[in-house]
Amino acid sequence: MADKSEMQVKALKNGTVIDHIPSDKLFKVVSILKLDKIDSEVTIGNNLSSRLMGRKGIIKIADRYFEEDEINRIALIAPKAKINTIRDYEVVEKKVIELPEEISGLVRCVNPKCITNNEPMEPCYRVVGRSPLTLKCRYCEHTMSQEEIKLL
Amino acid sequence: MSAKSLVSISDYSKEQILRILELAAGFEACPNQRILEGKVAATLFFEPSTRTRLSFETAVNRLGGKVIGFSDAATSSSTKGETLKDTIKMVSNYADIIIMRHYLEGAARYASQVTDVPIVNAGDGANQHPSQTLLDLYSIHKTQGRLEGLNIVLVGDLKYGRTVHSLLMAMKHFPSTFYFVAPEELAMPSEYKQFCRDNGIDWHETTVFSQEIINQADIIYMTRVQKERFTDLVEYERVKNAFILRNNMLDNSRDNLRILHPLPRVNEIAQDVDDNPKAYYFQQARNGLYVRQAIISSLLDLV
Ligand SMILES: [Zn+2]
Repeated sequence: MADKSEMQVKALKNGTVIDHIPSDKLFKVVSILKLDKIDSEVTIGNNLSSRLMGRKGIIKIADRYFEEDEINRIALIAPKAKINTIRDYEVVEKKVIELPEEISGLVRCVNPKCITNNEPMEPCYRVVGRSPLTLKCRYCEHTMSQEEIKLL
Repeated sequence: MSAKSLVSISDYSKEQILRILELAAGFEACPNQRILEGKVAATLFFEPSTRTRLSFETAVNRLGGKVIGFSDAATSSSTKGETLKDTIKMVSNYADIIIMRHYLEGAARYASQVTDVPIVNAGDGANQHPSQTLLDLYSIHKTQGRLEGLNIVLVGDLKYGRTVHSLLMAMKHFPSTFYFVAPEELAMPSEYKQFCRDNGIDWHETTVFSQEIINQADIIYMTRVQKERFTDLVEYERVKNAFILRNNMLDNSRDNLRILHPLPRVNEIAQDVDDNPKAYYFQQARNGLYVRQAIISSLLDLV
């Protein structure tokens, strides 16, 4: 059963398709992966209907593959995203996002007296709980619950 | 990134903690050793703390080293907008070890990442102050002959008291029984109680500083109950005198009992306790010197 988005995936010769991105996070994914700064062809679809999530976003990037560390950076905002690697029009690999053990950047530390909120530096957190998501700041050692996690 | 720094007490294993205590005992026996001859220690106090700075500087001086640095941010270049990173990089050109205190939490961890010079955290905001924890452990060990199997009573502000939190973290290596005695508003936070559960530390909690608890204690660790910590001032007025230790409360206490306090004290230990041989807080502060000598010389691989 080939729906429209499936056909669009097939239309990519070589590259990566990121599927099942929450619609309201699509452009955040673009900026985290710095897709606004690359030269290769990028096709973005948003607010597509999805049986799983209601509405979803999809990004196709030609001639670009991602290391696991790199793609896992979107885990905080698109935990259900699927990564399809395309070679010669065929999906050669399907991956799910995995929350890394450590998260660099992306999140603002909840503690206003934390060094990361006062120096031009990248924050860093250890994932100390997965469900519910709990992060511990590497610097000030404060832990943050899911509700306290604010993206930079 | 420096492999050898002391930022948080949890950076040290049980063996490393015991090694520091052993070295400190050596410095207590012989505090003047010229092992830091030709070395320069920087004391960077972005937030003033005369007590801690003097202790560290004495430690360096008694080991024959030289001290450079500043004692508050007003005289440092950070008031001109220099980043912490730049200050640390600059000082790293001059010093063999950097002892720093900062009002921002995590400052010492960050500093340890931008330089190869060992960093000693002498306090970062409300976060960590590992040399205090090590001197507390040294004092407990010295007075009790062991760190394990003790009844340790923590009294006062257990919510914001950084020293009691760090002490608990370190004591995970040395199973003892803890009694948390605090007003409800300043009770031990649940994350530390969970830490105790996760690490098999036995604890009990009460809002009453009772004679019964005092009489079976090996260590009573007093902390300040500060007015500004209370949201409800009526509550403060109600409890402010309930967490004061007076000499007559020690009448039936154990012979080996010792009273600790991180100092400065306000009124939570009555003056009449000072002459009781069980009062140990001034010697405790003195132990800080030996422990800091141990920390510095071990980070510099001189012992
Ligand atoms: Zn932080």
